[in-house]
Amino acid sequence: MFFQQLINGLTTGSVYALIALGYTMIYGILGLINFAQGEIYMCGAFVAVLLLATGKVNFFLAVALGMGAAALLGVILERVAFRPLRGFHPLVPLISAIGASIFLQSLALLLFGPNDRPFPIQFAFTTIMIAGLPVSTLQMTILAAALGFMGLLIVFVRYTTYGKAIVACALDRDTARLMGINVDRMVSLTFLLGSALSGAAGIMMAIYYNATYPRMGLLPGLKAFSAAILGGVGSIPGAILGGLLLGVAESLGAAYISSGFKDAIAFAILILVLLLRPQGILRGRGD
Amino acid sequence: MLTLKSVQAGYGRLPVLKGISLHVRSGEVVTLIGGNGAGKTTTLRTISGLLPPRKGAVEFAGQDLTRLPPERIVTLGLALVPEGRRVFRTLSVTANLELGAYHRRDKSEVRRDLEEIRQRFPILKERAHQAAGTLSGGEQQILAIGRALMARPRLLMLDEPSMGLAPRMVTQVYHILAELKAQGTTILLVEQNARAALKVADRGYVLETGRIILDGAAADLRDDPEVQRAYLGKGYQEVWE
Repeated sequence: MFFQQLINGLTTGSVYALIALGYTMIYGILGLINFAQGEIYMCGAFVAVLLLATGKVNFFLAVALGMGAAALLGVILERVAFRPLRGFHPLVPLISAIGASIFLQSLALLLFGPNDRPFPIQFAFTTIMIAGLPVSTLQMTILAAALGFMGLLIVFVRYTTYGKAIVACALDRDTARLMGINVDRMVSLTFLLGSALSGAAGIMMAIYYNATYPRMGLLPGLKAFSAAILGGVGSIPGAILGGLLLGVAESLGAAYISSGFKDAIAFAILILVLLLRPQGILRGRGD
Repeated sequence: MLTLKSVQAGYGRLPVLKGISLHVRSGEVVTLIGGNGAGKTTTLRTISGLLPPRKGAVEFAGQDLTRLPPERIVTLGLALVPEGRRVFRTLSVTANLELGAYHRRDKSEVRRDLEEIRQRFPILKERAHQAAGTLSGGEQQILAIGRALMARPRLLMLDEPSMGLAPRMVTQVYHILAELKAQGTTILLVEQNARAALKVADRGYVLETGRIILDGAAADLRDDPEVQRAYLGKGYQEVWE
């Protein structure tokens, strides 16, 4: 049972980590928390599900388009909700982000209705035995895909010119400009990447829970925010670590304490971290 | 090459530069000296575009810079080594150097320049993969200079390169500046360390509370009694005892 809960936790945790990466990257470069990250996650899921429901789009294309739509939504959101508010008190863009989140949720409710949509295609996932322990291939696939996306992001940030330019902007905006880096373009790129990852996370959860609905991004969004804080907001490895830890803590807590506390555990961790180690496990921007 | 005409600039309602005119000719080393709060850093921030001027003109190689953002100005051939070095702490030494050439499209030339700069400053090769934040202050200053050179600037501007460095490192940094000068690099050097700056410069300007109060050949400024008293510390004892 412990092993099964660990796998459950790692699966949801890897999805939290993907969303947390969006929070942490945007915080790193702009110093603001994009509370509409959960809605970007929802957007990715809806686009993929609606495309698959037509029966004319293959799965991988639907995933790519879902991620693309989420990325586009993120870039547009930055343009209309954050860029005009640059230079204002930090509470102002925060309120704007919450407003964007409510707006997108209501819009989805209006367009798609309140009901859960099942995932349009069935997969032949089974349970296999690894070293005498039962493992669901669905969970393994989600975990592998999430870790794969994280790996791609890390490679991008560490080894490409644009990745380094994003880090430079996060560390020191003025000096980055002196290098000839167009900060606005890097901010857009950050929103694009972070939102694409959130979109991918949304699609994974749409498959995992077999449910897509307008408010689906609310709790994962808040939990991923807690995960980003836990890991150290602004730090990419921190977001991954925070997401995985939070997922496992939640899953073990639900199993060994009470499943009624499942959602509370993430926020209890958030409060504890803010009280005891507000900088998170790994500190800092630009990692 | 670079001309400032009655430039006024400031932060918020606070005026810092109250009408500054100066010029730098091609191949010259010009220094701008003055005490704390005189407006030296503000002058460089204005030229590089980080702080748009309120009034006046900034021209570089016939181009008006006053309305250009810094990311465009660097492409015209102006590079700044900012005050306090400002290396990108968590990035490697090599990544810092590469970002110096961010705007350049001639990638094979960039690789050649990178090799050349590593040869010229061996410490940057030794520490190539180390995070820039782990370097000593002097090493960071060398990195900041190397990073600016990666832009292949036509005019190199330095903001207090000796600030906070051990005397031995100050000597080393000024040795580098003398070498750059010998190669014909055009330099605008801002310093509080007037003694060192006037030694390497051809000409100098003295800035006091946002105005240029004196200018001339570096040798003349060195001998000027006012400069000696205020910035070189000569006669200090006579005044006080």
